Amino acid sequence: MPERWPRFLRAAAIVAIALALAILPFVVGTQGNAWVRIIDFALLYVMLALGLNIVVGYAGLLDLGYIAFYAVGAYLYALLASPHLTDNFEFIQTLFPDGLHHSIWLILPLGAGLAALFGIALGAPTLRLRGDYLAIVTLGFGEIVRIFLNNLNAPLNVTNGPQGIGNIEPIRLGGINLGRTQTWSGFEIPSVYLYYYLFLAIAIAIIVLTVRLQDSRLGRAWMAIREDELAAQSMGINTRNVKLLAFALGASFGGVAGALFAAFQGFVSPESFNLMESVVIVSMVVLGGMGHVPGVILGALLLAGLPEALRHVTGPIQQGLFGHELIAPEALRMLLFGTAMVVVMLYRPQGLWPAPCTGRRMHGVPQGGQAPRSPR
Amino acid sequence: MHLDILLQQILNGLVLGSVYALVALGYTMVYGILQLINFAHGDVLMVGAMVGVTVVGLLASSGLPGPAVLVIALLAAIPVCILLALTIERIAYRPLRNAPRLAPLITAIGLSIVIQTLAMIVWKPNPIVFPDLLPTDPIPIAGALLAPKQLLILIVAGVLMAGLLLLVNRTKLGRSMRATAEHPQIAQLMGVDANRVIAVTFAIGAALAATAGILIALNYNIVQFSMGFIPGLKAFTAAVLGGIGNLGGAVLGGLLLGVIESLAAGYIGDLTGGFLGSHYQDIFAFLVLIVVLVFRPSGLMGERVADRA
Amino acid sequence: MSPTVPFGPRAESRQPAALLTLASVSKRFGGLQALSGVSLSIERGHVHGLIGPNGAGKTTLFNLITGLYAPDEGRFELDGASYLPAAAHQIAQAGIARTFQNIRLFGAMTALENVMVGRHVRTGCGAWAAMLRTPSQRREEAAIRVQARRLLDEVGLERLADVPARTLSYGDQRRLEIARALATEPRLLALDEPAAGMNATEKRALRELLLRIQSGGVTLLLIEHDVKLVMDVCNRVSVLDHGRLIAEGEPHAIRRDPMVIEAYLGAGHA
Repeated sequence: MPERWPRFLRAAAIVAIALALAILPFVVGTQGNAWVRIIDFALLYVMLALGLNIVVGYAGLLDLGYIAFYAVGAYLYALLASPHLTDNFEFIQTLFPDGLHHSIWLILPLGAGLAALFGIALGAPTLRLRGDYLAIVTLGFGEIVRIFLNNLNAPLNVTNGPQGIGNIEPIRLGGINLGRTQTWSGFEIPSVYLYYYLFLAIAIAIIVLTVRLQDSRLGRAWMAIREDELAAQSMGINTRNVKLLAFALGASFGGVAGALFAAFQGFVSPESFNLMESVVIVSMVVLGGMGHVPGVILGALLLAGLPEALRHVTGPIQQGLFGHELIAPEALRMLLFGTAMVVVMLYRPQGLWPAPCTGRRMHGVPQGGQAPRSPR
Repeated sequence: MHLDILLQQILNGLVLGSVYALVALGYTMVYGILQLINFAHGDVLMVGAMVGVTVVGLLASSGLPGPAVLVIALLAAIPVCILLALTIERIAYRPLRNAPRLAPLITAIGLSIVIQTLAMIVWKPNPIVFPDLLPTDPIPIAGALLAPKQLLILIVAGVLMAGLLLLVNRTKLGRSMRATAEHPQIAQLMGVDANRVIAVTFAIGAALAATAGILIALNYNIVQFSMGFIPGLKAFTAAVLGGIGNLGGAVLGGLLLGVIESLAAGYIGDLTGGFLGSHYQDIFAFLVLIVVLVFRPSGLMGERVADRA
Repeated sequence: MSPTVPFGPRAESRQPAALLTLASVSKRFGGLQALSGVSLSIERGHVHGLIGPNGAGKTTLFNLITGLYAPDEGRFELDGASYLPAAAHQIAQAGIARTFQNIRLFGAMTALENVMVGRHVRTGCGAWAAMLRTPSQRREEAAIRVQARRLLDEVGLERLADVPARTLSYGDQRRLEIARALATEPRLLALDEPAAGMNATEKRALRELLLRIQSGGVTLLLIEHDVKLVMDVCNRVSVLDHGRLIAEGEPHAIRRDPMVIEAYLGAGHA
């Protein structure tokens, strides 16, 4: 919020934005529930992008395997809120004869915690690695997690392999089942609207937490490491622990988003957690403006929304021009991402909406000094 | 463990490893000169294979003998891949030579996605069969069996690697490459054109990758737009294992990784009591990468880095 | 931190006269013996100069003292307690802070933020406190800001508090680095060529600053090439050449020492 504005104008702006956000699903919903669904997914991406922003934007650690934390949160929820475990493991069936149902208030912190542990496991071996090597190793971790999710169906069927886990229960909040349309004094509120409000609330919470971290002792330590790790160490910062904290906290946000995703979609499979998804989230952070929360949110909304919007537009255009669909929407989405990454890096490396005190030079990407001969 | 099976696994591993070595050489050469991981290298391999399968398809009804078709496919794929690699260098790397090192990595990832998607559009997402162009009767070697195509892979890879080592160590061009790798500014002062050396490096790497792509296609009889990613990553692991920047290391790393993978895939079932099957094969390369980078980042043949407290 | 002076050691240390002692320190890099058998004793409250021709090993010695390199041989003692230059961050915690020959600021962060980072090692609020904005965290943040501003004031950069560090002039950047190092409340402040690239006015201001720091109770170790500055501020000077200590003593005695002259100008000038 520009600080030059007088107080009442700022308050008015906040109220206006809050109102707009409150009625957004009803406005968009006139075009069909599918659009509200898109917004719900966009909110999930906002959470993911903000989580990754801690690792990439603040601490300057390029993580190409971030989707693994999303997967951890999602599968945890899937296992704890679906019939899969009781169907496949007798001892669990006897322990929980009524089936496994868990409150969202239990699973969200659990998901965050488990993802944080994974984050530390990922971060610990990578602490002394240089930028591009770190990227490749994190990519490897992401792939390892996906391969395990895909194959842990024999001899013990933990993840149900490529078929994934279905019949995941929707979230119940204060007695309201978010998976069902609710009626409220004559108004019908579909499930996607309900999830919208939940996701919005959690996204706002994550935004608040992120900004608080940014303007704190820890946030400054992260940025110091990003700018010059050696100098940061010389100023007494325990870079090892601080980096691990970045991984853990960033991962925990991903885990929370993952749990919400599993409940929302009702179904998870390893395909949703592939390398392309990690790349998409990295793109959102980098293209939006690394380390700058408004920029990251913009990047997430744009890159989540544009492909969907394009999908509705290019279909008819291609029909008109070529008589049939030349390029599938998914292919178009990937082309868009790939080209965007190249173009932005070449012409606006600081992102679309960088932090105000950034000059033309790339904000926040570690300089690295002399290129050493080996990965350390 | 029967010795025959062990020998078979090792032979298979050497075949696999020779291909990794060819690709690893490309990574290590570029890294030696630019200190940059060429993330799009695996996609050059894929394009080589796709061009190859297209040529093979076109010549299917020509009546030419298999080996001739193979040679023609190679001769078609190599120039295309060289062009592709030079384009990548021009677009993604050259403008960012003085940028922070993560910038070219991000552009490379972006280009990799674009290339893969274009390949998916042109050649369609489904896998395409690459026919066996050589006779398939296996050749017995000391109790193990080697298919003629596997023998071809070993020979071709061996010849190319020997050729490259000769080029780098005995020719003027090779000297320029080594000088630029060691000290770019001084090499330029001595009259070496850095841009030309870099272009040649990418070209050679692309030619090797194109060959590797066709050899992989021949070995597994299948190609697909996504086939470059995993071999690319594994070859990169091989380069790191051998010592990034070191050509001999890339060869050693490639062969070693191939053998490790082959043995591990063969015995993983026994080792883990059936808990992990051979689908986990791909993980080994990642694990090797992580272990090497954590415990010996300079690789097997790399220079030891000075001690840091 | 003391209320009257924004920097200075945290507590009165017990008194061996020597704050930092090095005994027989050696370091080799591949084929090059960078330092051999260097022994050095820096007295508490002194400004101790370290001079020598280029390549003598001065920065290497700094890097050893501050934990960036591990020595091959030698003992280190800070305030009577032996320490192993293991981790740079632990050394900062123990009370040794430094600046760098090539200036290593946090470029994208403002001048104020750079100094606030210096306060990291003497403060303690972590992730939870930050996310929950506890009252003690808010108090600590406010205190950090106040202390950082006072330090910027001390070095004369208070008007540039909100400017990104990389846009500052060279001289300002050097001063900012000193402010940041002072924020860690060091017992020993090691400055690597603080006057390099400064004009005469800036050097005078630097001289004043160094003497003020000294009067605040901080011991200083100084690598410097500017002879006048060394003569002016240093209580004692050690001279390195080719990795060995060739002379040590009062500045004026050192200046006339034939071995020192020979090291700088070559034989035939002594």
